[in-house]
Amino acid sequence: MLDLQGYGWLLLKGLQMTVLVGLCAMFMAILFGLLGAWGKFSHSRLANWAADTYTTVVRGVPELILLLLVYYGVPKLIQDGVAALGYELRLDLNPFVAGFMTIGFIYGAFCTEVLRGAFLSVPRGQMEAARAIGMSKALAFRRVQLPLALRMALPGLGNVWMVLIKATALISLIQLDELMRNAKLAATATHQPFTFYFLASLLFLAITLVSMLVLKRAETWAKRGVRV
Amino acid sequence: MNWELIGESLPKLLAGAGVTVQLTLFSLAIGLLLAVPLALARLSHNPLLKYPTAGFVFYFRGTPLLVQLFLIYYGSGQFRDVLSDMGLWTYFRNAWFCAVLTLTLNTAAYTAEIFRGAIQAVPRGEIEAGKAFGMSGWLLFRRVTLPKAFRIALPAYGNEVVFLLQATSLVSAITVIDLTGAADLIRSKTFAVYEMYLTAAVLYLIMTYVLVYAFRLLEKRLNAYQHRSA
Repeated sequence: MLDLQGYGWLLLKGLQMTVLVGLCAMFMAILFGLLGAWGKFSHSRLANWAADTYTTVVRGVPELILLLLVYYGVPKLIQDGVAALGYELRLDLNPFVAGFMTIGFIYGAFCTEVLRGAFLSVPRGQMEAARAIGMSKALAFRRVQLPLALRMALPGLGNVWMVLIKATALISLIQLDELMRNAKLAATATHQPFTFYFLASLLFLAITLVSMLVLKRAETWAKRGVRV
Repeated sequence: MNWELIGESLPKLLAGAGVTVQLTLFSLAIGLLLAVPLALARLSHNPLLKYPTAGFVFYFRGTPLLVQLFLIYYGSGQFRDVLSDMGLWTYFRNAWFCAVLTLTLNTAAYTAEIFRGAIQAVPRGEIEAGKAFGMSGWLLFRRVTLPKAFRIALPAYGNEVVFLLQATSLVSAITVIDLTGAADLIRSKTFAVYEMYLTAAVLYLIMTYVLVYAFRLLEKRLNAYQHRSA
């Protein structure tokens, strides 16, 4: 039998952290995605420009560079700014917060495109009907446009989630004790790098498999009112 | 912003960018060669071809590239004796070799999946037309199915190439000095944190847009028969 030398629990704790970071990042990604989609549809030139820049720049730069830029760059920038005013300040970001914010920001750009497509596919008549029966713009958005768009967006958001959860492995490089970094600790301590990295990869596969099942159910649920 | 330092570090960063381009091209070329037979094996009715390739594709698409890199570079150390006996240890000890190997397997898995979809999407009529001309087997595949599948796959493959270019940044985690690695190295010596990463980001953006533009041209050329004036 496989001897994990007592490091099995460390992997499971890492798994827990990975899923937690993933969920927080996905939540941020959907928020950024909604914001981005709003920017693309907005009549304001500035909002269009900001949303376009967001999606093109974020998708053109590696995640790792953005992560390092946020984790190391932002505190340094603030420190330099404060130093210019004649004060001294030592600032460190929490890797958990920096990690899920950055990953959420990056995948928000992908969510923007998914949500943009989804909102485009909601028939105009739906919104007009909602307005005609007296719903305010906000209420019609919340009760009609958003639910219909989310149904369309679900497969696309599922894809984003699958890529996002794998991207969380990068946060191990800024010292967050998630699955990948705990696997590294165990690998170093036991001199069995292959065993532990392979186990970690299988746990990632398990997340992917469970996600596929959940998504399939969610899609069936979302389509419950649709006749084919 | 320390512009002077950025200017001074530019040669080193560009050298790193050279490594990035090299890694991308190497892995793309070998990955592409592997992807076509993999896609065919995945479509085959022979269970001995079908299931192992399906497993390979599932594994490499379902796990993070960083884990794959560590598995091959650090993980191979666990089998040092066996690899030494086979005369392979000199390769696995080399981070650059491990980087290309991992990136190649990774992109081969994704590309195989793109090609599988594309081969399935080749219109039946075109294959039947080829058959009517008396082509069959390998000739039919080489002259009709593959060129058409390649055209269908082109937009998705363009995305995969961009993803691979960005994914190469992870090799800095296994000590390869690519663009990210070079930026990291200078950062640790000079504490010019945002200057280095921002410059690297701009260089990655430039490389990405060159690629996107090249694929747009290629698509225009290969799929010219589809383009209609709006």
